[in-house]
Amino acid sequence: MIKHLRSAADLDAPTATLILDTAGEMAALAGREVKKLPTLRGRTVVNLFYEDSTRTRISFEAAAKRLSADVINFSAKGSSVSKGESLKDTALTLQAMGADAVVIRHPASGAPHRLAAWVDGSVVNAGDGTHEHPTQALLDAYTMRSRLGRIDGLKVAIVGDVLHSRVARSNVLLLTTLGAQVTLVGPPTLIPVDIAAALSPATKVSYDLDSVLPDMDVVMMLRVQTERMQDSFFPSAREYSRRYGLDLARMRKLPEHAIVMHPGPMNRGMEITPEVADSSRSTIVEQVANGVSARMAVLYLLLGGKA
Amino acid sequence: MASPRADAPSKIILSASDLHRVVDRIAHQILEKTSGATGTVLLGIPTRGVPLAQRLAARIHAFEGIDVPVGSLDITLYRDDLRLHATRALGKTELPGGGIDGRRVVLVDDVLFSGRTVRAALDALNDEGRPSSVQLAVLVDRGHRQLPIRADYVGKNIPTSLSESVRVSLTESDGLDEVKLTGGEDQ
Repeated sequence: MIKHLRSAADLDAPTATLILDTAGEMAALAGREVKKLPTLRGRTVVNLFYEDSTRTRISFEAAAKRLSADVINFSAKGSSVSKGESLKDTALTLQAMGADAVVIRHPASGAPHRLAAWVDGSVVNAGDGTHEHPTQALLDAYTMRSRLGRIDGLKVAIVGDVLHSRVARSNVLLLTTLGAQVTLVGPPTLIPVDIAAALSPATKVSYDLDSVLPDMDVVMMLRVQTERMQDSFFPSAREYSRRYGLDLARMRKLPEHAIVMHPGPMNRGMEITPEVADSSRSTIVEQVANGVSARMAVLYLLLGGKA
Repeated sequence: MASPRADAPSKIILSASDLHRVVDRIAHQILEKTSGATGTVLLGIPTRGVPLAQRLAARIHAFEGIDVPVGSLDITLYRDDLRLHATRALGKTELPGGGIDGRRVVLVDDVLFSGRTVRAALDALNDEGRPSSVQLAVLVDRGHRQLPIRADYVGKNIPTSLSESVRVSLTESDGLDEVKLTGGEDQ
């Protein structure tokens, strides 16, 4: 097993499949009355969050607690970071406290890679800048597999703000490893020219959502990340929504079995209409539940064995 | 468990027909000790406990026409030696419909050795529900207990030395039925 989970590229097909299988067993345990397992008793997991997050932080916290690990939550607000402490000094503090795993979310791409050099424990990337968010990709892959029965051969469209999306990058890497065919869809300003080639040569790019939909098994809508946008990437929210938003009319173009995913948080009315988000094809709430199982699997596989 | 060299001498302890007779006997004993297997659930411990539990249920059905619920109970997450080995993949936990609350659970495993697996199984069971009682059925008891645990149903007692290893093969997982004792030549 690998030591860190910094990128979805750290995972080869057998390891990724092992994580998904383990997540399946963890999900089965979530249904019973006593959800707690003694597996990581005595281990310490630090959630190091330099960026706001609701579901990812709560999800990691729930996952670690269900496995009986001690959880220390650290958010940049209200810590010494606001006094100017560097990531390295914070890392050395955590090291001195004996953290067995550090789950890090950071606005700078690559922060988990730096952190891994400074601490002895495992590092789990919970989102770094516009780079990667591997556990999101794992829970997405798990959701696809439980809804559609497989990943190999699936056609997946990832739609919207690919430029700023760490979810898109991690998903392309993981889904390609597991044999899915990914198409990136969005306005040309939000899809970097060389991204498909840089991530995986098999990835396709399209600027026309309507022509792509009839062929897809999965469409994953991305949030338009206005907080990361310094320039204007499209004329107006209304125009974006008209061309790349998923509404009922567009959803009807999908094959009967296709599912609609969104990593959250959603801009309802922007990239997805409320009717689509709340429809039976939407897996958005399921994704959150699966997030806990996927993260339990990752923590177990990283921390459960001999260090 | 020390694994002996590949060329270490080995001895067959139970042949296929011995093994079938042993399973038949345990099935009869379960029927006898549980007054007809009422309110009883068989839970196999992966990997080889699961097919053994299924065989016991099939034999009980053949003898008395009773359907005993069968399931599996994975104990990996409850092991006390997780940190001594590389991370283990999980097995399946599948409880039969109706669960285990208020029922008599018979845990089924292939080999009883240190007793630590059974301890982990008891912990796992505790988190799944509250059985009225728990019994243990094993194909082979090889001794060397490290915990105060004993089996209610034993297929065969095999006195072993710690350097020896007991290998249970079942058609379902290994393609043949056999119990073998290997190693121990230098004792």
